[in-house]
Amino acid sequence: MMDFSAIVPALPGLWDGLLMTLQLMVMGVLGGVVLGTLLALMRLSHNRLLATIAATYVNYFRSIPLLLVITWFYFAVPFILRWITGEDTPVGAFASCLVAFVMFEAAYFCEIVRAGIQAIPRGQMGAAQALGMSYGQTMRLIILPQAFRKMTPLLLQQSIILFQDTSLVYTVGLMDFLNAARSRGDIIGQPHEFLIFAGLVYFTISFAAAQVVKLLQKRLAV
Amino acid sequence: MISIKNVNKWYGSFQVLTDCSTEVKKGEVVVVCGPSGSGKSTLIKCVNALEPFQQGDIVVDNTSIADPRTNLPKLRSRVGMVFQHFELFPHLSISENLTIAQVKVLGRSKDEAIEKGLKLLDRVGLLAHANKHPGQLSGGQQQRVAIARALAMDPVVMLFDEPTSALDPEMVNEVLDVMVQLAQEGMTMMCVTHEMGFARKVADRVIFMDAGQIVEDCPKQAFFGDVSQRSERAQQFLAKILQH
Ligand SMILES: Nc1ncnc2c1ncn2[C@@H]1O[C@H](COP(=O)(O)OP(=O)(O)OP(=O)(O)O)[C@@H](O)[C@H]1O
Ligand SMILES: [Mg+2]
Repeated sequence: MMDFSAIVPALPGLWDGLLMTLQLMVMGVLGGVVLGTLLALMRLSHNRLLATIAATYVNYFRSIPLLLVITWFYFAVPFILRWITGEDTPVGAFASCLVAFVMFEAAYFCEIVRAGIQAIPRGQMGAAQALGMSYGQTMRLIILPQAFRKMTPLLLQQSIILFQDTSLVYTVGLMDFLNAARSRGDIIGQPHEFLIFAGLVYFTISFAAAQVVKLLQKRLAV
Repeated sequence: MISIKNVNKWYGSFQVLTDCSTEVKKGEVVVVCGPSGSGKSTLIKCVNALEPFQQGDIVVDNTSIADPRTNLPKLRSRVGMVFQHFELFPHLSISENLTIAQVKVLGRSKDEAIEKGLKLLDRVGLLAHANKHPGQLSGGQQQRVAIARALAMDPVVMLFDEPTSALDPEMVNEVLDVMVQLAQEGMTMMCVTHEMGFARKVADRVIFMDAGQIVEDCPKQAFFGDVSQRSERAQQFLAKILQH
């Protein structure tokens, strides 16, 4: 028989795990959008070198599994830091995972932002420049604000995927929500109940977020 | 004010502009017409360097566009441009549309920019719409806002690229009225348009383009006067246009 009563006393620990999951997601999305936007601007620039670098970056990160990136950065980040600073700099699994997420997600956000920019009529660029705006001003004040508005549903969708993908951090020992639920279930000897509960929580959050996406899509379509 | 000298432009191997030369003096109104694809938009966009050209030069208010030292954004801030599809910024309110470049490009204070913007909005008869967004206005109203937006920069010359051709017929006149008023106040204007009524009323000269070349460049009286003096292509074009 399933017995879910053991979950109640475990809730504070699970809550800590959920907070870490959400923290990873929010910071990963913010960093990913910023880096992704930079990459998108590079891909769209007339400078061949910049465009090629960005395209290579995007194609590379979209061709390898996220798990590999997480593992790789877990080992590489301390190594790179030691190489730069010349001494052992402990960074911790959280920071290396965050770097991995930002760099990996940036590749996907780049493509979303690029499509968003390209969906803005070319005349907007001309009108802004005709008023004397520089390329930077045109992007910052005219093109990107419109593009981001159009892209919001897609950005959220990608964020939901990242929310689920954060569970991969268990491989480097981080106590995210899934890892917290699994380890507590194992200790108590009720792994199934805890995993079912975890599944319910993931589903509820993702489903609610997906509804928000749908609502936004409808509203933005008007 | 504008001096176009032997401008040649290619898209790849396709030559869009061939040896185009003309002058627009201060206070003059020049109408540019010609069949679709003849290069009118391209030529007028060269005047504020929105389109680059490979040969020749254009000098606007003593500033050479071909000179690599020219600060093109600064030049553009002094040249007003009105587009066929208005190109108001849809994410900004009407008053923000009128002020954003004044503040960000000319460095005016917000208050000063708003005062100027609202004055011009009043002038095109749309003061009541200051807080709306472009999508809430009709095409004719949007184009009048676009003209006000360009005027807010205190341009030395105004360029128009078919400002009425995307409008429903009943809205054409409200936009033309604003343009006529502007011309009568002495604004230097270069207008791509097929509104021959407008040309007759306020143009000083008419330029006819075909296949990337300036075929006719003559005073209005001559252009609309003895048509038999015009080139064959201009005659065909006029016959077609005046039928409508
Ligand atoms: N970006 C481009 N690349 C290649 N060819 C172009 C480009 N833009 C315009 N052209 C070509 O250049 C020629 C001139 O175009 P332009 O838009 O200046 O004509 P137009 O006289 O303004 O025509 P319309 O009355 O239709 O606006 C056309 O044959 C067009 O197909
Ligand atoms: Mg055109």
